[in-house]
Amino acid sequence: MQKHESSSSTTHVTHKDSGWRLFLRTVIARAYPRLIGQQREPSWLIFEVVMPIGTTIAYVLVYKALRAPEEYIGFVVMGGAMTAFWMNVLWSMASQLYWEKETGNLALYIIAPNPKMAVLLGMALGGMAATSLRALIVILIGSLLFDVTYRVTDFMQLFAVFLLTMVALYGMGMMLASAFLLFGREAWNLVSLAQEPIFLVSGFFFPLKALPFWVGIIASIVPVTLGMDAMRQLVFPSAFPFGFLDVRTEIAVLAGLAVVFLVSAKWLLDYVERLAVREGRLTESRR
Amino acid sequence: MNRSALWRSFRLATWLGWQIESNWTDPFLFAIYSIIKPITGAAILVIMYGVITQGRFEDPMFPYLYLGNAFYIYVGSIMTGVSWAVIDDREHYRTLKYVYVAPIHIPLYLLGRGVARFLTGSIAVVITIAAGVLFLSVPLDFSAIQWGLFLPTLLFGVFMLTMMGLLLAGLTLIMARHEFIIGEVTASALYIFSGAAFPLEVLPPWLRPIGFAMPTTYWLELLRRSLVSDVAQAFPTLSILSNAQLLSILIGLGVLFAALGALIFWFCDRLARERGLIDITTHY
Repeated sequence: MQKHESSSSTTHVTHKDSGWRLFLRTVIARAYPRLIGQQREPSWLIFEVVMPIGTTIAYVLVYKALRAPEEYIGFVVMGGAMTAFWMNVLWSMASQLYWEKETGNLALYIIAPNPKMAVLLGMALGGMAATSLRALIVILIGSLLFDVTYRVTDFMQLFAVFLLTMVALYGMGMMLASAFLLFGREAWNLVSLAQEPIFLVSGFFFPLKALPFWVGIIASIVPVTLGMDAMRQLVFPSAFPFGFLDVRTEIAVLAGLAVVFLVSAKWLLDYVERLAVREGRLTESRR
Repeated sequence: MNRSALWRSFRLATWLGWQIESNWTDPFLFAIYSIIKPITGAAILVIMYGVITQGRFEDPMFPYLYLGNAFYIYVGSIMTGVSWAVIDDREHYRTLKYVYVAPIHIPLYLLGRGVARFLTGSIAVVITIAAGVLFLSVPLDFSAIQWGLFLPTLLFGVFMLTMMGLLLAGLTLIMARHEFIIGEVTASALYIFSGAAFPLEVLPPWLRPIGFAMPTTYWLELLRRSLVSDVAQAFPTLSILSNAQLLSILIGLGVLFAALGALIFWFCDRLARERGLIDITTHY
């Protein structure tokens, strides 16, 4: 180990990446631990699947006890899968830089020449891919356990909705990551607070239309709200009467949200970086 | 360790736990934070029920579901409260090693740290039930409540859950990395098997014995019956058992689980000391 370190320290660096190359390599480097590192801890996979599937099973059984129509079982299974994404955005995106601050890594992020936006993007892409696997397992288990059948009416629209939902959702996570850096100990509690209330207003376990219209509109700020509503309409044709808005409208809103969140993330990150330079207190851990 | 040291361990841990839980913000925001999570959790069930039954909240099924879910708040908050203290002190504040070398009774210290979440959980339970009575026709008649059954059942349940929390705290002591969610996963699993929001008949037949082996099943049923006596008719799961029979089963299973909790904690605590895991940090 010592030999390796000494030989690497004497190696001359002949090439330094910059510009888009550095950006790309940073994205890959930050996505790597999410994609590969997390798979090296299989127990995480179990727990991260057990959590959403446990809630999903409980709510499905509530519907079964109430003798609800079959579509509702499918709604819950899909909601359970989307839970994995929302939890990932909250705990591994929004609060990630806060964790880095608490563990002492944030200062390294700030002084490194890598574009900070690329760091956030790497986090998002890695988290998105790793969570997609977990969400898929939740859907598979839920569908097999409760015999849920899907009939996709428009694959192109479904693909567009999923992609836009993910871009907007993780864009929101990137924006929140910067915003949460400005918080201290309350960051943990704020993230924790964004679970059940969002499950409620976003209609994770029931059709969004069951809520008052204006609650649905306000909840649409969270991209998963409209994304899930549109996907339900597209994979359960009998769910059209439960749809909150027309699928095309929801696609347009999701596209708008994606742009707004990504631009806001960049703006907030720049602001936080300026603050770090000016005050020199950003990496201070306030436990 | 003498009695005053035991009391001191518990009292100071309670104070410390309360400070950690509450002083990150002002009291008003903390109060909102403490009640909004459980209230919204209950609201999800209320909307699910309302959508399917077209708002038939006077049906006996509703108080069964609503009260079971309301009291279930205790399961998550007490069990997680006690076990979380290990992670908080070991990984976040990195003080567990100092706590261990101080003249403190460790199990009582951990139980004390869980009191704060018990208190916030209690507020959430009261508010959830009050909202049910005021806005959702939960038929709670204060003059008809069987207080003689309700209070002992509630207190015994709190003791039982505390000991189950100690069991999880013991396991947390010897776990790395994924111990974060052990409390929530356990609470989530118990929710399925305790008949909190649906009867055990809904479970596949091969899974029902797990539900019947859980003390929380009988605890929730007794709490429901003591508050709304005819709620047992909503689902026939435990209707053949009298209150006395339910209480006997609850005490038997509760004592068994409490003993198991104490034993497992003792074993894990010894193992953690031997393996040098008390001051381990696994990047919380």
